[in-house]
Amino acid sequence: MLQLKVNGQPRQVDVAPDTPLLWVLRDTLQLTGTKYACGQALCGACVVHVDGVPARACLTPVSAVAGREITTIEAAHQSRVGRAVQAAWRKLDVVQCGYCQSGQIMSAIALLGRQRKPTDSDIDDALSANLCRCATYQRIRAAIHEAARSLA
Amino acid sequence: MVNTKIANASRRSFLQGAAGLTLGFCLPAIAAPAGAGKAAAPAGQPFEANAFLRIGTDDSVTVIAKHLEMGQGSYTGLATILAEELDADWQTVRLEGAPADASRYNNLFWGASQGTGGSTAMANSWDQLRAAGAAGRAMLVNAAARRWQVPAGEITVRDGIVSHRRSKRQARFGELAADAAREAVPASVVLKEAKDFRLIGKQAPRKDSVDKTNGQAQFTQDIQLPGMLVAVVAHPPRFGATVRGFDASAARRVRNVVDVVQIPSGVAVLASDTWSAKKGRDALQVDWDESRSFKLGSEEIVARYREMAKSPGLVARRVGNTEQAFAGAARIVRATYDFPYLAHAAMEPMNCVIRLSERGCEVWNGEQMATADQSRLAAIFGLTPEQVRINMLYAGGSFGRRANTHSDYVVEAAQIVKAIGGKAPVKLVWMREDDMRAGYYRPLFHHALEAALDAGGQLTGWRHRLVGQSILLGSPFESMMVKDGIDAVSVEGAANLPYAIPNLLVDLHTPKDIDVPVLWWRSVGSSHTAYSTEVFLDQVARAAGKDPVAWRLELLADHPRHRGVLRLAAEKSGWGTRLPAGVKGTRRGRGVAVHESFHSYVAQVAEVTVAADGTVKVDRVVCAVDCGIAINPDNIRSQIEGAVGFALSAALHGEITLKEGAVVEGNFDTYRPIRIGEMPRLEVHIVPSTAKPTGVGEPGVPPLAPAVANAIGAATGKYPDRLPFRAEDLRA
Ligand code: FES
Ligand code: FES
Repeated sequence: MLQLKVNGQPRQVDVAPDTPLLWVLRDTLQLTGTKYACGQALCGACVVHVDGVPARACLTPVSAVAGREITTIEAAHQSRVGRAVQAAWRKLDVVQCGYCQSGQIMSAIALLGRQRKPTDSDIDDALSANLCRCATYQRIRAAIHEAARSLA
Repeated sequence: MVNTKIANASRRSFLQGAAGLTLGFCLPAIAAPAGAGKAAAPAGQPFEANAFLRIGTDDSVTVIAKHLEMGQGSYTGLATILAEELDADWQTVRLEGAPADASRYNNLFWGASQGTGGSTAMANSWDQLRAAGAAGRAMLVNAAARRWQVPAGEITVRDGIVSHRRSKRQARFGELAADAAREAVPASVVLKEAKDFRLIGKQAPRKDSVDKTNGQAQFTQDIQLPGMLVAVVAHPPRFGATVRGFDASAARRVRNVVDVVQIPSGVAVLASDTWSAKKGRDALQVDWDESRSFKLGSEEIVARYREMAKSPGLVARRVGNTEQAFAGAARIVRATYDFPYLAHAAMEPMNCVIRLSERGCEVWNGEQMATADQSRLAAIFGLTPEQVRINMLYAGGSFGRRANTHSDYVVEAAQIVKAIGGKAPVKLVWMREDDMRAGYYRPLFHHALEAALDAGGQLTGWRHRLVGQSILLGSPFESMMVKDGIDAVSVEGAANLPYAIPNLLVDLHTPKDIDVPVLWWRSVGSSHTAYSTEVFLDQVARAAGKDPVAWRLELLADHPRHRGVLRLAAEKSGWGTRLPAGVKGTRRGRGVAVHESFHSYVAQVAEVTVAADGTVKVDRVVCAVDCGIAINPDNIRSQIEGAVGFALSAALHGEITLKEGAVVEGNFDTYRPIRIGEMPRLEVHIVPSTAKPTGVGEPGVPPLAPAVANAIGAATGKYPDRLPFRAEDLRA
């Protein structure tokens, strides 16, 4: 049994310790907002926050995050920055298929958490780990600026 | 005013009906009668005006979407069309995926088949959903007229409220729903004029934005059913290899693995969760019979195609006499182009959930070809198609991959369910590598072009030869779309070249011994033909000393919509002005391309910077699109933006390579979609139009690569003759 803290809630899981956090979230805890797309830390679809820092859940063994603060897209609205990012995403209709967007949003929230007024190149750096096959990149940039404005 | 007749095939059964109202109805243009058999709702139940619309007593307006939402905005677009004529309150409109039922939900352009593809969702739904919305509105109005005892003609509807001004009465849709359900379906309806549109052409926010930004949107990957097993499959290392035998002992030792079964496409490991199934699959020892597997590499295929291109193929189009034109030419320009296999690589790898029960088979999936998959599943399980129920989910991208004419991954899921005797629901999950190596690629193509110029620099002859596998041969579409050996989608964009050239010959070789599964990939034939035709035209323009935009306009005299987008893109991009120089050592250039696909017209002007080492950066792309009436302008912009990024991924990096038949690329490190830093600055301009709406999912793709290549040509004098672009071809 491993003790996890997910979105503020204590959770106990009975899984092999090498299981990636991604599959524990999705299959064991039914938090399916965090997505699988590459399994190799190449695409960012699985980005969650561990102690406020973005992490790729597909290559994070669950044993490595026991007891630490894990935040997923399902709790994004619980922070002011999270709400601002979601609102900006909706205002600009960023999404297309939507499959990558949980990861994009979690990366964007982390960026705005540490940098309130990012430039285009800050955004390109911070979001470079997140692929979008629908190529919504131009709107992602615009939405992060929009969220930054609303937080100012 | 536009009058549209509605043939109500089931009026009688409606009037006599007792338990639920679902009126099938169709437009006169559709020959087949609409689905019959409508049982009907007692009072107080929601108002099911027709197969596409349900209004709840809580004011909710549910639009039944017959097309898959895979990112292209179909749900929002379909809802916009219907809600416009219904005069609904946009806030209360929600979407529901239609069940698989070709009698009610077929794609009107595809005959008796339900499906999404070829950028047809808006075009084939336009008349149908306008009529559906107008019919619903008329029934609400009639119900109000009866209740208030006033003439229907005096009643107005706006934003979900039905009003009668003189008597100062009004009612919300929900308050009238039960009564409206008892009104007769109108025999004809009056549609709005464009000037009265309140949603069409305006900004109607996407209906899926909220669920796709809070983790709640349901994709196939997210389905979990009680007792469900997850299956991960060991596929053959080469196309055509089969299982000779396997040792599952190590796989079975993996915790949570419950079964290992052989299926026609490989060996499936089933576990109670995804990670265990994958671990089990990776622990399998499979002995593959490779005696009939395909063992050529991409290089050998290209070499073979180049050889084939030396002899004439089957004629796809002939105009005038090219022999004469070339014999009398003052100058001949030649070029060849090579295009690789491309994977769709949708963000959500392919997957499918199937549950078998006494009642039949239930499927959870994002379906581009719902009724074709339904029949295949019925055949596998010995059921009737009606016993196969498909729950439509969002698809995490597709780009054509989920429109598989052989239903590959759907069939695989069914074979697994069958192999375990239907004892548990199964979610088939392809890992990224499985998805990328499973085939069904955009076919590898070789093109050879020649142009004849006369002494005055006029383009007098054009010969275009294509070599590549057919997508349609052996598919259910073969009889419809392969004529005299010519697969229409192999030559689309080439055989219908719009330029006024007096002598033209397009011919095609279709190799039949290349056993690599191929499929449509966003924009299909135009994904390569737009490149070869538009880049070659620029090379010829350069030889003839013509301006690429001015010359195109001249050659497109009879094609006003091509000219319209070309002019707009040229104007907005500042064509003809000086491009500011880049940093020292770099070369900059501007290039243009225009292409029609799926009846929509797109022109793009790209600005690029080529570094001394030959790497290409696309700085800016200006797009102009004419897709008829712009149902949702913001979604049009969004689709063109996405198409630019998608096409740029292929132009800069995209290549599936075969080595001795095995697919080299497996994940996003070697098959690289562009990342955010590679996304150019984009502008999308829409040509105002009163023509019927046409698609926007695909038409933004074809012009991008040629516009970029032409910009590279302007910057360096070198026009890339193979894709993806290679730095070594473009060094200073
Ligand atoms: S799934 Fe984790 S980075 Fe791609
Ligand atoms: S929205 Fe489809 S992958 Fe990003």
